[in-house]
Amino acid sequence: MTAQQTTYREAIRQALLDAMAEDDDVILIGEEVGVYGGAYGVTKGLIDIYGADRVIDSPISEAGIVGAAVGAAMTGLKPVVELMYVDFIGLVMDQLANQAAKSRYMFGGQIEVPMVLRTQGGTGRSAAAQHSQSLEAWMMHTPGLRLCMPATVNDGYHLLRDALRQRDPVCFIEHKGLYTMKGNLDTARADADWGQPAIRRTGGDITIVTYSRMVHEALKAADAMAEQGVEATVIDLRCLNPLDMAPILASVRDTGRAMVVTEAALTGSVASEIAARIGESCFDWLEEPVLRIGGEDIPIPVSPKLEAGSIPDAGLIAETGLWMMRRDTLAWA
Amino acid sequence: MNAQKNTAPLDRYRTMRRIRSFEERVGELFLRGESAGSMLHLSIGEEAVVGVTDAMGDGDTFTTHHRGHGVFLGRGADPARMMAEIGGKADGYCRGKGGSMHIASHALGHLGANAIVGGGIPHVVGAGLTYRNKGTGHVSVAFFGDGAMQQGILYEAMNMAALWRLPVIFCCLNNQYGMGTRIDRAVGKLAFGERAEAFGLQAAHADGTDVEEVHDTAQSLIADARGGKPGFLEISSFRFYGHARMDKSPYRTPEEEEEGRKRDPVLKARERLIESGLGSDADMERIDTKADDEMDAALESAVTASPPPLDTMFEDVFHPDSPAPAPQRDRLRAILTETP
Repeated sequence: MTAQQTTYREAIRQALLDAMAEDDDVILIGEEVGVYGGAYGVTKGLIDIYGADRVIDSPISEAGIVGAAVGAAMTGLKPVVELMYVDFIGLVMDQLANQAAKSRYMFGGQIEVPMVLRTQGGTGRSAAAQHSQSLEAWMMHTPGLRLCMPATVNDGYHLLRDALRQRDPVCFIEHKGLYTMKGNLDTARADADWGQPAIRRTGGDITIVTYSRMVHEALKAADAMAEQGVEATVIDLRCLNPLDMAPILASVRDTGRAMVVTEAALTGSVASEIAARIGESCFDWLEEPVLRIGGEDIPIPVSPKLEAGSIPDAGLIAETGLWMMRRDTLAWA
Repeated sequence: MNAQKNTAPLDRYRTMRRIRSFEERVGELFLRGESAGSMLHLSIGEEAVVGVTDAMGDGDTFTTHHRGHGVFLGRGADPARMMAEIGGKADGYCRGKGGSMHIASHALGHLGANAIVGGGIPHVVGAGLTYRNKGTGHVSVAFFGDGAMQQGILYEAMNMAALWRLPVIFCCLNNQYGMGTRIDRAVGKLAFGERAEAFGLQAAHADGTDVEEVHDTAQSLIADARGGKPGFLEISSFRFYGHARMDKSPYRTPEEEEEGRKRDPVLKARERLIESGLGSDADMERIDTKADDEMDAALESAVTASPPPLDTMFEDVFHPDSPAPAPQRDRLRAILTETP
């Protein structure tokens, strides 16, 4: 019996539990990962099972922790670092981008850094401008870093297990708004292969490409569009870098319309990159310009009303999709 | 002569002399237009670091700063492969991808030279965690300059090493200058050892003109580190030449340079060996000539070595099991030639 209903949080915890049981070299290190159980409870109880040498409560020294993980990975451990909020990545960027990401390359393939940086981002908790961002583009811009962002319970488990099988540094970004989401976990079956996007819904009229929590907004939007007779394909990127674009390009060439949705500030975002790739490779197949929908280009405000208003939702995605099919006029346009 | 005489000081002199000779030829490589760039930071004047590298054991690891040629040679590097790397050649330690500032050797425990000041320091903390968890008995040493003493990452690393009692040594090679800024213009209080002690580390200082003092001090600290008592070692020396190969040190007076270069660890070791009867003038001449010949050969082999094939630029971004990044022309060709 490998399938069960559980939460996104529990699925990620299960992945850590199973990885640590299988391999003594897997260690956890981070602020509050041990006794406290993780700021969002993902590592709860693991210190009781695996002890303080493998579940290491660290001082509040983000750069130092990631740097220590780099050295541990270079010498034979498989560290999983928890960075409490992706917003703290500014403190870590030298160790991540200059050290972890480049070591294999700079050293001519002699030294590898098989580590996972687990962190979480996104809005939804009125955590304000320094605890709510979506900064994946910073990592995607760095050659040598792998990047994945689970949107489903099953991916919470499988993407983390896959990340720990890589011999490269992997950034694994959870979404704080998904931890309590329930779904099906089948530990024997992943949603797709590592490096492949997952097609979450199939429709012939329009292709919506997105990832992380926005997958759920896109699916809601697709249901709303279906009521108007418009059928959307929803593609979840899952592994943002490296990424196999082929399934995405095939879908867009089929539908002729594409929309890329991100929660991050739009300028310079992952959505911008994916839209550019679609535009380059599907120009002759497109009926409409490739549209990007993203967070407003502002810091995240704390007021729940302002915060919610600053990021895309199903309504915006559906309205835009219907307009692209000329089934609706945009009330606000 | 006593058949059981201690030949280690003679060996250390030999290594120091090889470092001096190597660094001089790195300068020559540049002058001949054969180095990859001019980011070449010579460690002439700092050769007594051999006292530390000689106190380390098989399987011990280390990271260095950008001025790390001497440390690497001290840990057994092949000068020809080093010189080839500094020339950006395929036979170099990093296949021409890293160069002087990013040289490394997995086999020799060199976890990487670093061009970010302080960047490699926390890696020894991670190595220490590995040795603690696996019970290997190894120690990991971070080598860095006095400039890194002003970087925050050092103190994060020192705190973790002390907190977790890791087999780690922080070794500050204080050559008095961070690029063109003398240490007294960068630091409020010149007492580095006190800083380390404040974090709970065992701290020591050694005179960088005296390789034997450096060795004895390092040996004791490293032994303690293996037992879970991490340490800090400051070695004081004088950077004989500019920050990098192009730097003529206009911020120093000729008098300061002349005085500084009197603090020559290689010369001091040589004189002491002769005085103590461990080596004759002729013995020392032989060592010097051999070192120069070896480094001449390393220089020439680097000059004649082949550059890496162009397509190797896509290798080692990720593990070889996964697809390498595609060359841009392939992507452009596909876009421009495909039609519905």
